[in-house]
Amino acid sequence: MKELVCIVCPNGCRLRAYEEDGCRVEGNACPRGEEYGKNELLYPVRVLTGTVRLHGGAIARCPVKTVGPIPKEKLLEAARALCGVDVQAPVHTGDVVLADVCGTGVDVAATRTIL
Amino acid sequence: MRDVIIIGCGVVGAACAYQLSRYKLRTAVLEAGSDVAAGATKANSAILHAGYDPEPGTLMARLNVTGVSMAEEICWKLDVPYRKNGSMVLAFSGKDRDCLRELMNRGERNGVPNLRLLTGEEARLLEPELSREVVEALLAPSAAIVNPWEYALAMAETAVRNGVELYRNCRVTAITREKGGFAVTAGDKVFHGKYIINAAGVHAGTVHQLVREPRFTIRPAKGEYYLLDKCEGTRVSRVIFQCPGAAGKGVLVSPTVHGNLIVGPTSEPSGLEDVSNTAKGLQTVRELAARSVPGIRFRENIRNFTGVRAGSDRGDFILGEAPGVPGFFNAAGICSPGLSAAPAIAEYLMEQMAGRGLALEKKEAFIDTRRRVRFHELDREGRNELIAKDPRYGRVVCRCETVTEGEIVECLRQPIPPTSINGVKRRVGAGMGRCQGGFCGPRVQELLAREIGVRPEEIPLEDAESYILTGETKEHLF
Amino acid sequence: MREYELIVIGGGPAGLAAALSAWEGGLRDILILERDSALGGILNQCVHNGFGLHRFKEELTGPEYAGRFIDMLSGTGVEVKTDSMVLSISPEKQVEYVNPTDGCQVACAKAVVLAMGCRERTRGAISVPGARCSGIFTAGAAQRFINIEGQMVGRRVVILGSGDIGLIMARRMTLEGAEVLACVELMPYSSGLNRNIVQCLEDFGIPLYLSHTVTNIIGKNRLEKVVVSAVDERRQPIPGTERTFLCDTLLLSVGLLPENELTRAMGAEIDPRTNGAVVWENMETSVPGVFACGNVLQVHDLVDFVSGESGRAGVAAADYVRRGPAPAGRTLKLENGSAVTYAVPQRIRMEMVGDGVQVFFRVNRVFGKSAVTVKSGEKQIARFQRDHMAPGEMERILLPGKLLALAERDTLTVSAEEVEA
Repeated sequence: MKELVCIVCPNGCRLRAYEEDGCRVEGNACPRGEEYGKNELLYPVRVLTGTVRLHGGAIARCPVKTVGPIPKEKLLEAARALCGVDVQAPVHTGDVVLADVCGTGVDVAATRTIL
Repeated sequence: MRDVIIIGCGVVGAACAYQLSRYKLRTAVLEAGSDVAAGATKANSAILHAGYDPEPGTLMARLNVTGVSMAEEICWKLDVPYRKNGSMVLAFSGKDRDCLRELMNRGERNGVPNLRLLTGEEARLLEPELSREVVEALLAPSAAIVNPWEYALAMAETAVRNGVELYRNCRVTAITREKGGFAVTAGDKVFHGKYIINAAGVHAGTVHQLVREPRFTIRPAKGEYYLLDKCEGTRVSRVIFQCPGAAGKGVLVSPTVHGNLIVGPTSEPSGLEDVSNTAKGLQTVRELAARSVPGIRFRENIRNFTGVRAGSDRGDFILGEAPGVPGFFNAAGICSPGLSAAPAIAEYLMEQMAGRGLALEKKEAFIDTRRRVRFHELDREGRNELIAKDPRYGRVVCRCETVTEGEIVECLRQPIPPTSINGVKRRVGAGMGRCQGGFCGPRVQELLAREIGVRPEEIPLEDAESYILTGETKEHLF
Repeated sequence: MREYELIVIGGGPAGLAAALSAWEGGLRDILILERDSALGGILNQCVHNGFGLHRFKEELTGPEYAGRFIDMLSGTGVEVKTDSMVLSISPEKQVEYVNPTDGCQVACAKAVVLAMGCRERTRGAISVPGARCSGIFTAGAAQRFINIEGQMVGRRVVILGSGDIGLIMARRMTLEGAEVLACVELMPYSSGLNRNIVQCLEDFGIPLYLSHTVTNIIGKNRLEKVVVSAVDERRQPIPGTERTFLCDTLLLSVGLLPENELTRAMGAEIDPRTNGAVVWENMETSVPGVFACGNVLQVHDLVDFVSGESGRAGVAAADYVRRGPAPAGRTLKLENGSAVTYAVPQRIRMEMVGDGVQVFFRVNRVFGKSAVTVKSGEKQIARFQRDHMAPGEMERILLPGKLLALAERDTLTVSAEEVEA
């Protein structure tokens, strides 16, 4: 059994995840907690947020995120990959600034519209 | 060949430069730090003492009283925040009462005007927040509060406007005697001068050592302070002292010219540049101050700081030509009341130098004024006139102290422009408020870099080594 | 003098939500005064995610959350002035502001919403001893440097305080290539959200030292090291427990303070427990027609609740403009019971209760299975079960009008207590 704190939402439910019984999860207040608990045991994932260089905008950086979760162990590698990205203003929320980051199949998109 | 080389640009060096700049002389000021007024001058009680503390007959006694009377006019002419709010020394016991009488006696002999003893009730009528334990108080109406670093900066700026050369980041490493004067080496520069004024503060002994073994020893003592939010700034209206002890004038409580409340200092022997705070020192300040003014809310603290007083083993200012070194004049051992005495110290030294052959011929055109914009003190009309001329006065950068972009840009065009975040803070007050630069720090950094034409990481907190940023993001990971 | 129906001070999440709901409430003459050059407030620098789960049922980053509101606002006729600093507000609701284009101006309004947010507590507020070198930042200032200016503040980092901003910055700096050596918390528990301890510290192997504090700062020019000591139950450092971290950066995440200088100067009553204005059930302050919401009223953990509270303030401001002052009648006062540090709103007008009143409060220690009780005198009028409560997590309860009507006295006491499992 592994004790976990669910990070899906700010409630922070305290989960107990059992590897036997096909990854049974207890303590979750919603179905997403169960999914999180299972994932955390088998295949932990995270959404990466950060910034990329922005040129020609009112500020120097454009905030970005991976549009879906990526494997936890790829977080640092993906953060490093953001260093190689340069974006030209204007940029809009949702614009993909880097496709398929680190071969995860997940894109990185802008999270702010900067004209 | 310069006529005079001043080593050190704290308040004493600045006052000397200001007074000398009235005359047809070539004067240079060499400052080791990146800014003027950044040593003891910036970290003290910000008080101009009435002058009842020093032993009658001493230089301290004489120059304190004269200096304070000169300060009022200088501050008025050079646009330095100054308020003659008076001071009180409190007595809590019979022994303290004796002390008040001794101080009053000294003060009268020193020429301090209008000293008066008050009963505890009378004192509380003037200062309702004083402790019930106060049994008597000595009132000195001529004491004042001042912005100490702007006082020094204003005198230094005026000196530079009148032709004095100022060199910053210029630490003196060697002094040799030569025909008709001295050669002063600072890094790769050599300055030749007929006279030297040693106003190097805590380093006065070190500088003296470069020409000859000094007959005095600098005994640095550090004092710790609290600076409280403006919501505590009206707790008292005068400078509130306790009876002085062996270690100095004790812990005071006073408003500042900026509207904050200053509480401190302690007095502990220290290293030359030890400006760190200690938990013990701060506790001492809180405990002692509560004796005078029990209601102070220390949770409204916005900053602690420590200043090092450059006292000596002499017990008096060390002023005048160094024995055996003709032309080398000391302004050393300047602890309290150094800020109060500074312009009088400068006059005293000039007289001494004139007695040793320095020719004092007045300039016809001496600029003896200085004005700067203080946006938050203007009325609406005044603000709008400024903004119409330059819209940057309409952009508030420091929200706590209401300092505008226009004021920051303006201070960069003055004779001694700032090169650091603290330099900007000392000149226009950005970052001095309750958020301590949390909001405006990044903006001042960007603004300063843009206006000076350097990268943001090249703007330090104070001296060059006190860097704030380590370069752009996205570069570290490669 | 330009006259508005409503002036909103601040264009962060609170001001945006208040202006929007006032517009939806029928006001057509609304001005937002924002001191920064863009709307969105502090959300713009909160590039991490976790926002909007309650409001939008999805997980957004700070800029995305702000963007949703900015988009909604652009469909309205709400006027926005950026780069505009408010200098004073009079009880007659004359608002003096300055910006580069209008200069120093006065505008007046029938109603005002205060939404100025909060500021970070500084080193001075907690009097950390030691040197005054560079390399010491509040977590929010570091966040602005890194996320907006693109400037890095250091390479080896210690964080004092385990508030959410500190935790978020631990991860953020790690992802930008810095080494975060420790997060140090004075209390025996973190004041941040659990999920942030997991995903910001544990994910990166950053140790959290509970019941520890920074007892010395060493550095001649730039920070060189910090000394960390364990503290006893009275939060006093224990000699002999010192450990030294070689680092160039210290981030402070030691709490937030509502920024109420304008509110105080206007003469509104301030609650010393929250450092925010004392408000009625509809977020109205003691100055009629002046409302307060968001972090200027009470420091929230979640922006979703800021939006909710501010929406209610906006609706109430619209009602005030259209219908005039609230009717007089019976009033109730909310007081702290055991283990509760504050409750907002502080006062309730029974005539204005409608369906009920949402009460926000915080507890002063960590609770497991517990109950929240609301009493009037000895009489319990409501009781709520909780599995877990902590000081770092704001609690809220809904008190229906029917239950409030049961109050026998003019005070209500909110308390928290342990319940046998």
